[in-house]
Amino acid sequence: MAEVAEKEEKPKLTKKDFASDQLVRWCPGCGDYSILSAMTGALPQLDIPKEDIVFVSGIGCAARFPYYMNTYGFHTIHGRGPAVATGVKLANPKLSVWEIQGDGDALAIGGNHFIHALRRNIDINILLFNNEIYGLTKGQYSPTSPTGLVTKSTPYGALERPFHAGELVLGAQGTYYSRTIDTNPKLMTEIFVKAAQHVGTSMVEILQNCVIFNDDAHGAVTDRANRDDFQLHIEHGQPMLFGKEKQKGLRLNGLKLEVVTLGENGVTEKDILVHDAHEPDSTLHMMLVRLHPPEFPIVLGVIRDVTLPAYSEKMEEEVKRSGEKSKYTCMDDLLNSGETWEVK
Amino acid sequence: MSETLANGKKTTVEKDKVVLRFAGDSGDGMQLTGSQFSFTSALFGNDLATFPDFPAEIRAPLGTVEGVSGFQVQIGQVDVYTPGDLADVLVAMNPAALKSNLRYARVGGTIILDMDAFDKRNIEKAGFSGNPVEDGALDAYNVVEAPISSLTKTALEGIQLDNKSIMRCKNMFALGMMYWLFDRPLSDTEKYLDSKFKKMPALAEANKKALHTGFHFAETIEALPSMYKVPPAKIEKGKYRHISGNIATAWGFMAAAEKMKRKIFYGSYPITPASDILHELSKHKHLGVITLQAEDEIAAVCSAIGASYAGQIGLTASSGPGIALKGEAIGLAIMAELPLIVVDVQRGGPSTGLPTKTEQADINLALYGRNSESPCIVLAASTPANCFEFAYMATKLAFEHMTPVMLLTDGYLANGSEPWKYPKMAEMPDITVPMATPNGEAYLPYLRNKETLARYFAVPGMAGFEHRIGGLEKQENTGNVSYDPRNHEDMVKVRAEKVERVANYIPEQKVMGEGKGKLLVVGWGGTYGSLHTSVSELWKAGKDIDHAHFNYINPLPKNTEQLFSGYEKIVVCELNMGQFANHLRGKFPKLQFESYTKIQGLPFAVTELKEKFIDLLK
Repeated sequence: MAEVAEKEEKPKLTKKDFASDQLVRWCPGCGDYSILSAMTGALPQLDIPKEDIVFVSGIGCAARFPYYMNTYGFHTIHGRGPAVATGVKLANPKLSVWEIQGDGDALAIGGNHFIHALRRNIDINILLFNNEIYGLTKGQYSPTSPTGLVTKSTPYGALERPFHAGELVLGAQGTYYSRTIDTNPKLMTEIFVKAAQHVGTSMVEILQNCVIFNDDAHGAVTDRANRDDFQLHIEHGQPMLFGKEKQKGLRLNGLKLEVVTLGENGVTEKDILVHDAHEPDSTLHMMLVRLHPPEFPIVLGVIRDVTLPAYSEKMEEEVKRSGEKSKYTCMDDLLNSGETWEVK
Repeated sequence: MSETLANGKKTTVEKDKVVLRFAGDSGDGMQLTGSQFSFTSALFGNDLATFPDFPAEIRAPLGTVEGVSGFQVQIGQVDVYTPGDLADVLVAMNPAALKSNLRYARVGGTIILDMDAFDKRNIEKAGFSGNPVEDGALDAYNVVEAPISSLTKTALEGIQLDNKSIMRCKNMFALGMMYWLFDRPLSDTEKYLDSKFKKMPALAEANKKALHTGFHFAETIEALPSMYKVPPAKIEKGKYRHISGNIATAWGFMAAAEKMKRKIFYGSYPITPASDILHELSKHKHLGVITLQAEDEIAAVCSAIGASYAGQIGLTASSGPGIALKGEAIGLAIMAELPLIVVDVQRGGPSTGLPTKTEQADINLALYGRNSESPCIVLAASTPANCFEFAYMATKLAFEHMTPVMLLTDGYLANGSEPWKYPKMAEMPDITVPMATPNGEAYLPYLRNKETLARYFAVPGMAGFEHRIGGLEKQENTGNVSYDPRNHEDMVKVRAEKVERVANYIPEQKVMGEGKGKLLVVGWGGTYGSLHTSVSELWKAGKDIDHAHFNYINPLPKNTEQLFSGYEKIVVCELNMGQFANHLRGKFPKLQFESYTKIQGLPFAVTELKEKFIDLLK
């Protein structure tokens, strides 16, 4: 009997298994719906038991995400998601930990935790829903809003320069950075799977639309008319080509990137840069992260994916070393160690 | 001065208790000297209590008052509960040390000076107008002018060491003098030096030689009129070790973790005077300790909350400024009803305040320092050694009642040390976590134990218990987000009631004395030693005075009101502006509480307390 029970395999999880019983309460048309759908689609591909998956979030529209997933979930406080997720992961390294942030949550109030999670290479997946605006507080500019953006708190236009998430990731020595878009479910699903497979902090920036307070913020790259000319989908080992006919590409000219067209001025595919996501030197990744319209396309896909030990792996190694050096194995040993004396 | 006393024959004076104070530049090794003297005395069989008193600056300029580091120890053949008010013997390694420590020397006591350091420049740097040894400033003391630096240098001639290393041995010379004066063996410190300098035999030899030379010098000179004898105290049988409050705190948590078969996750950001807890826990990774030196105080507490959520023991510690930063996250743990332990090693405030000095002014912060209705269990340790017991209890209560616990210690307890009759792990009480078990029905994360009101706990990895929690208000039982007005009121009340019911699981408040009478002295936390000593001395003198010392601040023990009602007068003594007195007034509005306070970054002195109590007894 026991043998039969062991052989019995759990049925494969489906998209439906990951949807919780809670009513989803984002605004109609919000980009978050497609992200949620891509996530419930990606998780069954990972073959991780539901009970080993944890979604952690901070505060904001995006932060409601865990309530809609039928896994373990923890909706915490503003900006502190990466810190809570760090504790969850280090307390139980076998868990698959996902941390959901908005641009204000991750890059304003929680900026410190965001960069330090990356620096430590905690093995968690951070999803940054970047809509360049504060939604839940009803429309103030965010640290990713473009200079000059008119919002409720910047009636004469935002004075500040925006953060680019990818630059922060690379500056914080992140090992994984990818960028995707809420209008492309296929790419999102693919990238979520890849992020889960990467060991270390996987940072996924999702260009997301806030239909109420900052509609069409990413229109320059998402509109049907612009899509082909302003989205460069990169893949490791492939030339960086884009355009409707894949006739345009990126070439390195001195210390700068330039857009060239195949067949013009003697340009051939040999001149086009081939993407190396595994290159430890982040110089070229930084150049790709910074490209934006109208001069350049925006780069989507896995920009950086390098292998370095995750914090929890190093931690396990450290426990071993600590044990080897020590003379005691339990509290009674420790209490009796060193200088003690007996009063008789 | 010394000459007149030197004529007498050397005698031995037996004393119940003696207080010693070592003072020198931060780099002079006074902390090491003091702890070696304490350790040797503990092995000799004395009871004792210590108090390190050091500056916030790591190495302030040499010879300045700002850079003086001190270490006080009281040894006794009777029970010792405090490091003592005033020193019978003060060792001052330079004029600045004398300048800043003279106020701690008993009039008529002995002051030992390194005369080599008393040159014109150092005397001026210390802020003396003239040479205090010559101008009569020290007439009320027995001054021993010892050329400690030059004798150390002469004694160590021929040892292959640079001048700087040789001069750093002068603290051992001073310690040697103290060992002669108190009739202590040198062997314990010799053993210590051999092991400390195992890889540098020349340094071990130099230090030991300085120690012996100091001992012989003290024996030879005629300036020391007598030897003190402090025979061993009558101490309860058992196995002892020396322990400071911060180490005891760390070990108490480790003991609880071992008992619960869970790991400690300690999220921490360095801060004086709490950092030693981090240092200690970091050494013991193989005993199930995870430490994270977080990017800030908020990440420290949040990572601990994450670890608790994942089923380990989430723990963080700081001092007042750091606890202030953690407030929002502690509120999250209260709302999510997760176990969490937060240690506040209190120091002088507000703001950066007096980082290295002690104070008890964070009781309001612990009780009320969060938005909205967010009650916490609050405990306070009262001696360096019982930090172990209360760290253990804090963990037990946090898990058995599924709510955050604040444990208050202070700089005085954290750095002070005393001999500790340590327990065996088998003697420590069990800790039972209310884990959810499969019962055929869907798991409800906010279903409660009817007695404690603690919710049943399920952690990631438990199949079939997947659920979502967070900082938004919860619907009862299901834990789903709820904005229902009645539900909110019910949930606020149930969280408060859960904390109140902890009173059913903690010991009743004890009192030292009759349990009724004229005056009850009430204290809490780190003032135990001085209050206990003052009250016992008055009690022995026939005064009608009792002492009740609180370790359980919120909730208070169940018998508190009844206990209080047996006294004509109650005085609450604390190192703040009267925060615990106000807490008691709020709880027991019918009772009268006098408040006696001190806010100088220093512990209470026994003499000042006795004066106040005698006054109240009139």
